[in-house]
Amino acid sequence: MQKLLLLGDEAIAQGGIDAGMSGIYAYPGTPSTEITEYVQASRTAAELKIRSEWSANEKTAMEAALGMTYAGKRAMVCMKHVGLNVAADAFVNSGITGTNGGLVVVSADDPSMHSSQNEQDSRFYGKFAMIPILEPTDQQQAYDMVHYAFDMSEKLQTPILIRITTRLAHSRAGITRKDHIREQNEAGLPQDLKQYILLPAIARKRYKGLLSKQAQFLEASEKDGFNKYYEGHDKSRGIVVSGIAYNYLMENYPDRKVPHPVLHITQYPVPEKMIEKILEETDELLFIEEGYPFIEEQVKGLLSRGMKIKGRLDGTISRDGELSPNTVGKALGREVSYGEDIPDFVASRPPELCKGCPHIDSYNALNAAMEQYGKGKVFSDIGCYTLGALPPFNSINSCVDMGASITMAKGAADAGLTPAIAVIGDSTFTHSGMTGLLDAVNDNSNIVVLILDNATTGMTGGQHSSALGKIEDICKGIGVEEDHIRVIKPLPKRHDENYQVMKEEMAYEGVSVVIPRRECIQTLNRKMRAKAKARKKASTAKS
Amino acid sequence: MKKDIILAGVGGQGILSIAATIGTAAIKKDLFLKQAEVHGMSQRGGDVQSNLRLSDKPIASDLIPHGKADIIISVEPMEALRYLPMLSKDGWIISNTVPFKNITNYPDIETVIAKIKDRDNHVVLNAEAIAKELGTVKAANMVVLGAAAPFLDMDYEVLEEAIRDIFGRKGEEIVNLNLKALKAGKDIAVACM
Repeated sequence: MQKLLLLGDEAIAQGGIDAGMSGIYAYPGTPSTEITEYVQASRTAAELKIRSEWSANEKTAMEAALGMTYAGKRAMVCMKHVGLNVAADAFVNSGITGTNGGLVVVSADDPSMHSSQNEQDSRFYGKFAMIPILEPTDQQQAYDMVHYAFDMSEKLQTPILIRITTRLAHSRAGITRKDHIREQNEAGLPQDLKQYILLPAIARKRYKGLLSKQAQFLEASEKDGFNKYYEGHDKSRGIVVSGIAYNYLMENYPDRKVPHPVLHITQYPVPEKMIEKILEETDELLFIEEGYPFIEEQVKGLLSRGMKIKGRLDGTISRDGELSPNTVGKALGREVSYGEDIPDFVASRPPELCKGCPHIDSYNALNAAMEQYGKGKVFSDIGCYTLGALPPFNSINSCVDMGASITMAKGAADAGLTPAIAVIGDSTFTHSGMTGLLDAVNDNSNIVVLILDNATTGMTGGQHSSALGKIEDICKGIGVEEDHIRVIKPLPKRHDENYQVMKEEMAYEGVSVVIPRRECIQTLNRKMRAKAKARKKASTAKS
Repeated sequence: MKKDIILAGVGGQGILSIAATIGTAAIKKDLFLKQAEVHGMSQRGGDVQSNLRLSDKPIASDLIPHGKADIIISVEPMEALRYLPMLSKDGWIISNTVPFKNITNYPDIETVIAKIKDRDNHVVLNAEAIAKELGTVKAANMVVLGAAAPFLDMDYEVLEEAIRDIFGRKGEEIVNLNLKALKAGKDIAVACM
């Protein structure tokens, strides 16, 4: 069979389809978005009726997936690393409920923050929830591990966390698929109908059950074959390397022969016996991990008792940032090459709002309306409109987490800041902004919320927005007064009336919502192109 | 055989169509391939690159080590220079000469082009003018790819096949246009060699 050229994200999606999953649940987030998009675009997935629409946020996704597994079917839930913070309540407790149908959680970390607010390492969440973690090395292993994860999940009645990073998520390689697609599970209730009731009396029992499973999880790490020990003759040093970092290690040995013993970890809990072996065999250990020093910290502990341990903690490898063949080469003491310096005149080219983007007009109006109040009073959120922080706009003063614009504006208003402005997108509003707006209404906080409605989830490439066609009704339902829900159209020619509307609402004492509404220029262009194509097709068919 | 290629440009310029064509050709030839792309925020008008690695042996890293790239293929001249630390001593730069100016401090274009020409191994061409002459400026990326074709260590016919595969759905006219663009680029490169 010819290999399929797939992104790491797509390999995971294909793995899910082939392993017989019945549903995938997710909210878009770089670098995880393409997993769900692949399933949405797959004809096979449609024929197999695999459920794949976007969820309102990662928590609702995680809970719906848990519900699907309650009913006996296999479910996957995908998110970017910070999305796991949003889903954390359900995620951590899913370790205690356990599963009925298989449950695989994919979290995509973003070391070096290519498109994120932090570089948190999801493996800590897996350990926190006390469930097995898989960390694939490459695209093929990502595909293979999905099958294994569903099998293990059903065998040991536990959710499994698959942790990937940007480089694997967004890199393509040839994949060999399994020769058949596994049947989906028949629906069926859990044997114990109290399994998912985490009342204290039951939760205590379930938690003991989770604790007792740890030995099985560890045994799987030691014996199931994903963690590999490679012997080496030069025992002056041992190398413990995890996931994709192994590829950077190998890149530094053109003949692919490392003289030192190497322990390559791709499954957790950390395989204790293998660690003991490499510790005993070698004089010092070098830890190479993409992300935080997760294994390194566990092995080193607080006191490290004379062990010689090198890695991210002692500065052998930088404490932050993504690994590369060169950073790993330097840590190994290998000779690393370098081309020519970038000439001084090469200017940096930061991302910017697209030409014709509605946010440009919204920010121009906002800046005009804010002129009389001065800088420093606009809280914003996560999306394309975060680019309003950069020149030429310099409009916003915060970007922390999904939904925080509204609640931070509320808190600042409580502290006496006037006006306190929140700028949030439509999709972010239904993700996590609605509950904050309810707080503001109940407190009659003096805030103006700008919900920039471009009818899509823009930053991640134009996915369906859960807010579509619902924003005014939601605001009314939450209790915002109808007179203070104002819809405007962000266009250059309407600049004067738009900033007047904003000024009026800034003068009002209480909760106001202004909704600048115009479709994202990217999705609009895409639709126009599709229409033109359809017209052309129709006309050629006629002739 | 081993070719490590940096594809460079600005978000929205469509460097991934070049990557897809080379990738399709590589899979046809049963070569190993890894291709790291940039998705997300930078795609909005920021600088973007793709690390494309081809080999007849399994490839370890998705990222090319510094100083080891064989070719920089760039659809924008200043962006070609951003990846000089990646390029090997005798590596080639294949670049379009038309600047994409979405920043206020874009350097003097003559200085940019002169710096590319400083290297012995370079092909520079106005891909947009060539593509326009052929019928549409949209084919500029295929002109740039054509200019890189002689350095890919791959039969030219396989690249043509890949273009037929990728653009086939869009009709014979589009396929031929892209094939012509590829050839126009190749002819210029051959004259430079």
